[in-house]
Amino acid sequence: MKLEEIKVCILRIEGTNCEQEAYDAFKALGADPEKVHLKQLIGRSPGELRRELDEYQVLMLPGGFSAGDYVRAGAIFAARMKSHLAADLENFIASGRPVLGICNGFQILVELGVLPSFDEIMSEAPQAALYTNVSGRFECRPSYLKHENHGKCVFTSLLPRGEIVAIPVAHAEGNLRFPSESEEEFLMRLEENDQVVFRYVDPNGDYAGYPWCPNGAIGNIAGICNPEGNVLGMMPHPERAMFRYQHPDWTRSGGKPDAPGDGHVIFRSVLDHVSKRF
Amino acid sequence: MVTAEIRIELKHGVADPEGENTKKALELLGFKGIRSVKTVKVFEMDLDIPASEAASVCEEMSRKLLANPVIQTFRVQLK
Repeated sequence: MKLEEIKVCILRIEGTNCEQEAYDAFKALGADPEKVHLKQLIGRSPGELRRELDEYQVLMLPGGFSAGDYVRAGAIFAARMKSHLAADLENFIASGRPVLGICNGFQILVELGVLPSFDEIMSEAPQAALYTNVSGRFECRPSYLKHENHGKCVFTSLLPRGEIVAIPVAHAEGNLRFPSESEEEFLMRLEENDQVVFRYVDPNGDYAGYPWCPNGAIGNIAGICNPEGNVLGMMPHPERAMFRYQHPDWTRSGGKPDAPGDGHVIFRSVLDHVSKRF
Repeated sequence: MVTAEIRIELKHGVADPEGENTKKALELLGFKGIRSVKTVKVFEMDLDIPASEAASVCEEMSRKLLANPVIQTFRVQLK
């Protein structure tokens, strides 16, 4: 399908606050994004505002502090989606259409049981947690990520494996955890299924602890996809690195300020995938 | 009416950065002898359901929303 026909649902509830950047990212690449409130998808809005998840080709859960991060980050949004949208979401994912969760969006996907999704599209209980950063602080700054996916993830198909990108983080709960008794097993399954997409590294591309890994996540993992590769969750914000001028070193590194930034490739990859596949 | 208290605690072995930071701040304020600080979340709810069902309903609530089993445990107490 044509790029301008690709409809992107940028789903929000109260407390979501990165929907505009997400919208701008897809818009800048020529797709047709729309900011949609969850109520519009579950029949709790005036008729003309009602939408169906099935109308869209891409679903994006943007960053923010949905529902005030009450209970746990992402837990309330996930509960509200699970109660009214579970079947639609499962069908959406099963059809191969891409789902992207950034920051709070990643937390929501984990709370939904949609990531890591080892055995089923959506597990009944979460299989992972995005827990408080080891530093105990809100970490808001650039981070270096190494792309480690072997080609399964539809959001990084245009990014060579091993490439290092600089994408900012802004979160207090990005510490990816698995049940302590299955840590090794889960890490192995992630590797075997080609589900690891990004790991935090230092500027040389080596795995390193704090501050390069801002949160203490297991295996330095910054982003994972589902076994099919069409659902990606990541803590860093690619939508905040769409242009060179958003990089802290852009005046030093030369180049045009509005040349693509390091986050650009995520959105380009997924739109390229959708335009070829559907 | 039943009043239920659901206590959400971090699983044994899960670090507690909030507790540790709180301990540090209290020590800066001059408090001595603090061995450890643990953060716990408590939900207290009044329920209009038969007392015989309350415990299992609260457990279900904990499993579905209040606790993430990867890092947390829950304990239900009826009052």
